[in-house]
Amino acid sequence: MPLFLLKRILSTVPVMLIVAVLVFMLLRLTPGDPAAIIAGDAASPENIARIRASFGLDKSLLVQFGIWFGNLLTGNLGESYYFKKTVVELIVQRIEPTLALSLLTILIAVVVAVPLGVLAAWRMGGLLDRALMGFSVLGFSIPVFVLAYILIYLVSLKLDWLPVQGYVRIGEGSFWDFLRHLILPSVTLSVIYIALIARVTRAAVSEVLAEDYIRTARAKGLPESKVLWRHAFANAAVPIVTVIGIGIALLIGGVVVTESVYGIPGLGRLTVDAVLARDFPTIQGVILLFSFVYVLINLLVDLSYVLFDPRIRY
Amino acid sequence: MAVTDNPVSAGAAVSTLLAASAPELGLMARLWRNWMVRVGGMVLLVLVLIALAAPWLHTVDPTFFDAGSRDLLPGAMGDITNLDNETIRHKFLFGSDSFGRDIYSRVIYGTRVSLIIGLAVAVLALSFGVLLGLLSGTLRWLDGPLMRLMDGVMAIPGILIAIALVALWRASLLTVVIAIAIPEIPRVTRLTRSLVLSIREEPYVEAAISLGTSTIVLMFRHILPNTVAPLIVQGTYICASAILTEAILSFLGLGLPTDIPTWGNIMAEGRVQFNQFPHNVFFPGVFLALTVLSVNILGDGLRDILDPKMSKRV
Repeated sequence: MPLFLLKRILSTVPVMLIVAVLVFMLLRLTPGDPAAIIAGDAASPENIARIRASFGLDKSLLVQFGIWFGNLLTGNLGESYYFKKTVVELIVQRIEPTLALSLLTILIAVVVAVPLGVLAAWRMGGLLDRALMGFSVLGFSIPVFVLAYILIYLVSLKLDWLPVQGYVRIGEGSFWDFLRHLILPSVTLSVIYIALIARVTRAAVSEVLAEDYIRTARAKGLPESKVLWRHAFANAAVPIVTVIGIGIALLIGGVVVTESVYGIPGLGRLTVDAVLARDFPTIQGVILLFSFVYVLINLLVDLSYVLFDPRIRY
Repeated sequence: MAVTDNPVSAGAAVSTLLAASAPELGLMARLWRNWMVRVGGMVLLVLVLIALAAPWLHTVDPTFFDAGSRDLLPGAMGDITNLDNETIRHKFLFGSDSFGRDIYSRVIYGTRVSLIIGLAVAVLALSFGVLLGLLSGTLRWLDGPLMRLMDGVMAIPGILIAIALVALWRASLLTVVIAIAIPEIPRVTRLTRSLVLSIREEPYVEAAISLGTSTIVLMFRHILPNTVAPLIVQGTYICASAILTEAILSFLGLGLPTDIPTWGNIMAEGRVQFNQFPHNVFFPGVFLALTVLSVNILGDGLRDILDPKMSKRV
């Protein structure tokens, strides 16, 4: 493996370490007894004492972090006293709906936003361009849950095309049943993502379209579609892929809300349930997981630059 | 030097380009000529007036439970006790919720919470972000560690930080503002730092250093005023996203106590009966979307005028 790729991969280690420290400190910076907070509101005194001993909460902060971090490295995220399960078990149980929802959302967003952005850049100032820019400002402004209820009202209640809420696990029903329940949540979630990707695609492609080699390509008589996709789009790929990676943060925030509105038993719903129950091992586990996924995806995005632009080195 | 003496003309350095096309116009006139500033600003002004004049806009006590006027449709008449403890005939313009509270009054009073939160978060995040950015840009030894810390905070999706902090601290106006502001700080810090690093290379800063100006004076008198324009633009986006985040927290039942009328709280109560009474979700939703939209449009307009370098990018 080339050295610059290795360096980029290793550069995520300190970031992840800082994330771990921040998530660890979250609980310790709170006034009150951490053991009581970890045990949750309905804990007995014996439970609290057991937690204090097992987490070493009477020891120094550094030792506490050592114990916690050691557990983390061996894949032990602690135990949820509210759900009566280990956090890892909980996450495994809830990950499928979130993954399905996220993947479908990204698919819809990319398939819709990229062509729209390219076409808008191609005829900048035209009708499509202005409509797209208007839509993107609207997309950034309309809250995910308001949009969700508008769609539920129109598509599910008035037209009765799709179910209002719920989730069918893969293998529990037909594939159509599984997909039917995911369409509305994915469309809801994809709107802000489409707004973001389309805007950046438009900006990136329009910048490339001003380059000399585009004029050359046109001058030598290439068909416009080839100029647009082969020359302009291909050279604008890096910022587009970057924004898809950065947008994962938006997506994660959206997942929390969307899963709650549509009653999807995924990680977002788990986050809200855990917060309402003040179940801190679960909250910490989910935040760690989401953050690591975010860092990892952006690492993959950075590494993919090499595919799109061979000049790039770190 | 003229640029540093007058903070209002802080954008002067970047807007000389524009000045060439409109040499006679002052900053306010240039702002007014932009339709986005006009529309966004006017809508926002109306919302501020609504928030200030809430008690006089034909509203009743937004927290008053009236057992006799439960679940009324928009436009229905009913008896209700107003803020002066008199029973009056009241027209429920937006209907009432399942406790018999007037949705219209709750939505109007909710304007206050959203605007206060948006403004407070923007001010708080800007203050801390600018301070940290200035320190990071001027003190070399602090730069590395501080920016690594910011990388770590940015790796955790903002909404998850806000959710976790609110859960730990229990929600009040102050804790919600702080919880939403913290994940916004790193972006401001980065922006300020990059501005400081480029301003430091300007000849007038070099001149000031050679005249023996102290670091503190250099930071606040020579560098800070020239960062104002891009930071104001950033501030509007923070304001918009803070209003959205607060609504999401309230909607998920994690935000301000439910007796405080916020748009998110109204929607959280309305969602239970969404099938029969969709207006309980739609009216606050429309106000929320309109507010965020106007702040975003204002921000886009300000960016075009104050920060033309940025507007070319996206």
